[in-house]
Amino acid sequence: MKTPKELQSWQENELKKTLDRFPERKDPFTTHGGREVQRLAVPEEIDRNYLENIGFPGRYPYTRGVQPTMHRGRLWTMRQYAGFSTASASNERYRYLLDQGQTGLSVAFDLPTQIGYDSDDPMSLGEVGKVGVAIDTLADMEMLFDRIPLDKISTSMTINSPAMVLLAMYVVVAEKQGVRSDKIRGTIQNDILKEYVARGTYIFPPKPSLRLITNIFQWCAEQAPLFNTISISGYHIREAGSTAAQELAFTLANGLTYVQAALDAGLELEVFARRLAFFFNGSSNLLEEVAKFRAARRLWARIMKERFGTTDPRSMMLRFHTQTAGSSLTAQQVDNNIVRVTIQALAAVLGGTQSLHTNSRDEALSLPTEDSVRTALRTQQVIAHESGVADTIDPLAGSFFIEQLTDTLEREAVDLIGQIDEAGGVVACIDNGFIASQIEDAAYQYQQEIERGERIIVGVNEFQVEEEATVPVLRVDPKVEDEQVARLQQVKAERDNEAVQQALDELGRAAREDRNLMAPVLAAVRAYGSLGEICNVLRGVFGEYRGRQW
Amino acid sequence: MNIPHLLQQLHGGEARGVARAISLVEDQLPGAEQLLAGLDRQRIEKVLILGLTGPPGAGKSTLTGELVGVLRRQDIRVGIIAIDPSSPISGGALLGDRIRMMQHALDPDVVIRSMATRGRLGGLCGSAGAAARIMAASGCRVVILETVGIGQSEMDIVRLADLTALVLAPGFGDDIQAMKAGILEVADLLVVNKADQAGARRLQLDMGTVFSDPGDREDRICATVASEGAGIETLMERIFFFEQLYRQDGRLQERRRRSFTLETLDWATEMVKARLQEKMKTPRFECVEPRQAALELVRGLVNEKVNYKKI
Amino acid sequence: MKKYRVLIGKPGLDGHDRGAKFIARALRDAGFEVIYTGIRRTPDEIAAAAIHEDVAAVGLSSMSGGHVRLFPAVVDALSRAGASDIPVLGGGIIPAEDVPAMIEAGIRQIFTPGTKVETIIAAFTEACAQQHGQRE
Repeated sequence: MKTPKELQSWQENELKKTLDRFPERKDPFTTHGGREVQRLAVPEEIDRNYLENIGFPGRYPYTRGVQPTMHRGRLWTMRQYAGFSTASASNERYRYLLDQGQTGLSVAFDLPTQIGYDSDDPMSLGEVGKVGVAIDTLADMEMLFDRIPLDKISTSMTINSPAMVLLAMYVVVAEKQGVRSDKIRGTIQNDILKEYVARGTYIFPPKPSLRLITNIFQWCAEQAPLFNTISISGYHIREAGSTAAQELAFTLANGLTYVQAALDAGLELEVFARRLAFFFNGSSNLLEEVAKFRAARRLWARIMKERFGTTDPRSMMLRFHTQTAGSSLTAQQVDNNIVRVTIQALAAVLGGTQSLHTNSRDEALSLPTEDSVRTALRTQQVIAHESGVADTIDPLAGSFFIEQLTDTLEREAVDLIGQIDEAGGVVACIDNGFIASQIEDAAYQYQQEIERGERIIVGVNEFQVEEEATVPVLRVDPKVEDEQVARLQQVKAERDNEAVQQALDELGRAAREDRNLMAPVLAAVRAYGSLGEICNVLRGVFGEYRGRQW
Repeated sequence: MNIPHLLQQLHGGEARGVARAISLVEDQLPGAEQLLAGLDRQRIEKVLILGLTGPPGAGKSTLTGELVGVLRRQDIRVGIIAIDPSSPISGGALLGDRIRMMQHALDPDVVIRSMATRGRLGGLCGSAGAAARIMAASGCRVVILETVGIGQSEMDIVRLADLTALVLAPGFGDDIQAMKAGILEVADLLVVNKADQAGARRLQLDMGTVFSDPGDREDRICATVASEGAGIETLMERIFFFEQLYRQDGRLQERRRRSFTLETLDWATEMVKARLQEKMKTPRFECVEPRQAALELVRGLVNEKVNYKKI
Repeated sequence: MKKYRVLIGKPGLDGHDRGAKFIARALRDAGFEVIYTGIRRTPDEIAAAAIHEDVAAVGLSSMSGGHVRLFPAVVDALSRAGASDIPVLGGGIIPAEDVPAMIEAGIRQIFTPGTKVETIIAAFTEACAQQHGQRE
């Protein structure tokens, strides 16, 4: 049979270029018994609909994936999000993980850090070191990355409102190691818009928050070109109870808001657009999730090409991280959660994710224990090495169900984005409550269906058993809070307080004058100004966001 | 309920006393009249009851929060009554206006009370008016009465105020267009909030046509960006300016008389309605036509000796 | 029917209020007047709001593990403000083994994950009725 000419063109261009540089993991991939696994199955007749809507991996509209070889070339990054009470405890764990061959870190910060409070702030009571590591000053960051070579690893930091401060600390720690900022690699979440509607770690009102973000885009474009400046996150929108279509729509709407804000700030599209990354939720409805990931890639490529007129393929590619749905985990019969996570992880892999975090079975109760984290990681490894789904590309393509669902989700998302545009954009829709109320309504309806027994959650409203609470629960020692407060006070006693004050004053001036804030924040961080002090200066200039009326 | 003790508490500005007193009236419990009659009349005389209304999404709660900030910097004790609709189905309500005012939650001189409409025809104006006077008696120099929407019932509540500001924002002016002619009946001041957003300038010009006097256009339209605290002090100055003016030319006193009538009628309707409902339960009551039945009912009521205890 | 007013509060810094909002709505649909404080409130702020609003019960939600310190802190703040008669109920990600200590600290009832909403509504109704019974 003759190879269709479009397939041949893809093979000779995108595929060949990639294979020349990055050979696949195996040659050939086989099943038990030695049958070779096909790289990419395509229809016998390649028609216009196929080319326009499905196409080939690594080629517009990227429905089948962003790279020509996908997981055959390289498996997704198994990146488990973790954070531990104090910088020194976390450092120990990170170095252990690196010794085991891990090349990327994913840092979880505690809530006070995420909201720009020092550990000794009254607002921080009871929260220090609880859901991640507490960082107050550069001294904590130095300890967090002690003896970890920042030119060799990539670090993902889940930090949004005060992302600039943590990025500045990371840059200074690297600098002290002799690593220039153009060598550091990693990602900051830096996605403030979803915080207003879903996750809640906002500090400032939307407008100045967008300024901080575009300041970061600009600084990184010039000084840290290998750093992913944002991870535009649908994960938390879904966790707050949205539907799959809403997750898709609101995430991409946020994405295009950042693009527009950066363009308005005078940045070059081709310079920053390729550093945008995405982060989605992997929920239990396997087929809908696969369709969602495919629709996301296609719609983003279309938005970037048609709305913003980019011609750079890398600016059109939606690369994404996935985390399995934390809200789907149940406190009842916790072992069932392993099964849920498996289905969700499978959806992410079939949907072509670039990296994946699998939740642990006990996370409906508390932070995960070491044992359950291992099982979560093993789940990914079984999918990667035993299931065979990573040996071919986008295997569900061409299924009537999947293709129609992909189209439907894209259409619903386009409709929602249209409604947001019409109402004045994302910021206006945060303000008037449109986005949050859409999510809340969906969440309420879903929960009511469970309460009424119309939707079965195994072990919760059906198939229950009497069980004793026997799952071991991981706890953070309350002493951690007191120790961290003492540490901060020591740093404040030992630093040059006059220099700190000068740096903070200069930051305030820069904030009022609309200058790029990265340089004054770097200066304040170098002087060991604390996260809370820096954020308080900005609170004074920008004001605080009060939350949406309800 | 120990009314003298409650009065003592609320006149001393104690939060719990104020809150309990308002509940007493709102739930129409025994002792409400005694309590209301015992309120400090001088303080009630001095208070400014400021109505704040406008379509949902215009930013009223944020604006209220900022106005409170301005007043507190002048060391003025302030009360806020935030009224939200009850669900017509369950009778319950979600009262979320506090969220944007929580920065004042720990200030003992900021009294915030959320109130649901409770789906009643009567009684709400009475309750809200009484709550405003209770807050005034507790020492509040300003009481802000905040309602959502621009429908008839909101307008009724607004009529309790000495002075009313209508809050608008770009994109939320469409409903206003339809009732532009009626705006002056309810609003003394027009606040164009979110004045930094596209369309604000147009809205402002548009609203200008409401006033024939160019001086009014200047004085009675205020631009604010409540989320950034911009324009709030000027707005507060204007509010006090008009308060002063209305006290001098007698308009304020006239409005107080109007609201007295409104509240009285409101309470009377509520009381009579309850009595009528009770009377309809009696087995002697038999009529084939509602109009005839109503006439019978009212005749019976008029001839009846009023038992105050039952009301 | 008697109108019960309740306050739903989120002490601490965690912003996951899906559960708190669900309970608020469910209580509204059961006829309660529900005051919601929004996320990130201190125990003192929650206690002050409860007193101003003259609620008959306070419901707290926490997902970050902060309940250990924060729930008792709300009970304490109410008591310091002279409102120890207002019952406090709590829910969220709370391990069963924490429940006895919470009850000991004066929380009237704790709802662990998976509690049916009717159970929660019934508990609020009872707590409110009892609180109103205590009013002179």
